[in-house]
Amino acid sequence: MIAILTGLGRWVLGKLARLGRANLFLLSLLGALTFLFKRPSLLIRQLYAVGVLSLPIILVSGLFVGMVLGLQGYANLVDFGATASLGTVVALSLIRELGPVLTALLYAGRAGSALTAEIGLMKATEQLASMQMMAVDPFPRVLAPRFLAGCLAVPILTGIFTAVGILGGYFVAVMQLGVDGGAFWAQMQAKVLLFEDIVNGVIIKSFVFGVLANWIALFEGYEALPTSEGVSLATTRTVVITSLAILGWDFLLTALMFGVW
Amino acid sequence: MFATVSPVETTWPDDAPLVSVRDLSFRRGDRMIFNDLNLQIRRGQVTAIMGPSGTGKTTLLHLIGGQIRPEAGRIEVDGRCVHELNRQELYRLRQRMGVLFQSGALFTDLSVFDNVAFPLREHTRLSERLIRTLALMKLEAVGLRGARDLMPAQLSGGMARRVALARAIALDPMMMLYDEPFAGQDPISMGVLVKLIRTLNDALGLTSIIVSHDVKETAAIADYLYLISEGRVVEHGTPEELHHSPSAWVDQFMHARPDGPMSFHYAAPPYADDLLSRDAG
Repeated sequence: MIAILTGLGRWVLGKLARLGRANLFLLSLLGALTFLFKRPSLLIRQLYAVGVLSLPIILVSGLFVGMVLGLQGYANLVDFGATASLGTVVALSLIRELGPVLTALLYAGRAGSALTAEIGLMKATEQLASMQMMAVDPFPRVLAPRFLAGCLAVPILTGIFTAVGILGGYFVAVMQLGVDGGAFWAQMQAKVLLFEDIVNGVIIKSFVFGVLANWIALFEGYEALPTSEGVSLATTRTVVITSLAILGWDFLLTALMFGVW
Repeated sequence: MFATVSPVETTWPDDAPLVSVRDLSFRRGDRMIFNDLNLQIRRGQVTAIMGPSGTGKTTLLHLIGGQIRPEAGRIEVDGRCVHELNRQELYRLRQRMGVLFQSGALFTDLSVFDNVAFPLREHTRLSERLIRTLALMKLEAVGLRGARDLMPAQLSGGMARRVALARAIALDPMMMLYDEPFAGQDPISMGVLVKLIRTLNDALGLTSIIVSHDVKETAAIADYLYLISEGRVVEHGTPEELHHSPSAWVDQFMHARPDGPMSFHYAAPPYADDLLSRDAG
């Protein structure tokens, strides 16, 4: 019994210590951001790596998610003769929930895991240590550009995902199933609000998810054991922890932004 | 006469050392890596720190470079205690140190040229034209000016280490730290590296510390050797002195003899007991 309690205590202390290190890591990242005013080229290169290179998966996923929403929405609304509301259903689903959440999950799978692997391998191959021994701090030089680029890329990717999703829904609903195009856009225009829906969903939510995804990815890479197994474990942890964190924070943010409490 | 050293009594060289390690203790977890280690590195010389694998040679380089902190004792580099420096002072000191990592540690997303130019771009405000000239000079010194446009993945192990060496000397450091520079090299690459380390040390007026267990190559270029084992300096002296040491341990290490006081086997319970034990694990 004592052994179990001891083990449990050690596990909890270990997790708390890790959480503390993660928070200190975030503070160091935030403190290093000012360096990017001096070297904006570092940020631009990372925006390309985490943002532009994520576009294919975001575009294709957004299109299919929008098409599925169009199909499902039509199948349910047609019984009530409410297919004119399909534009609103597709748009609100994407703007408030599916856009930010799915984009962040896809980002974690593509760019987050790549960030963890990259930083973990830089550690395993002593690139970070050699940088420190050359008197170059890896936080402003390596980590901060990736962090800021990711935080900026996720809201932009969310906007693109949502827009393409709406087009996918339009394609299925209007061009394939015969829903009135004017009603599709007019209902959407009438019901979707700029601040309550678009700013809260596409901008604030996705920015929070971007911070979470990049913070976790970089921290896991930085803390990875410098072995192939260590980097592999860290990459897996990044995807799992980021996914859970995004879904948990999505509930919190939804409750705050759109909830009835 | 060679200098035989007991862990307690140590006689130092006369001139002022560049690196001084005094009463150093360091542990990883429960394992004591260094226990009252003492050594001094003289300026302008190539000093080798040798010993069997796992004795903490690389850890000692990390301690000298301020990457980790000792549990007790002092490490002074050019008169400054490394682990008492703040971050800014430590980084200033590191600009005067060059380190050749065992893996080379080249930045894989940068070309050979950009790797060598990296410290110049980070720490100087020189024009790009001057940086180009300096980087090409460093690459010429290691014989790889023609490989400037290659990426690290396109280099052989020996070439990668020479590029890393060019990068390490880019800022004209006062001291070079070499971590196992000859490990895993083919005979030609090894010969080139051996010659380069000695030549660069003399031509640039460096002080070099080589951590290695390649006895023949290291002894060929070192002015002074320290042999460490079990966390202490076992013996030190010139290569010639150590080659003729009466110590059975030194004799076994320097001449790579399979039999001697150094055991081949890791500490374990009696063989027969282990085989007859009922424990599956």
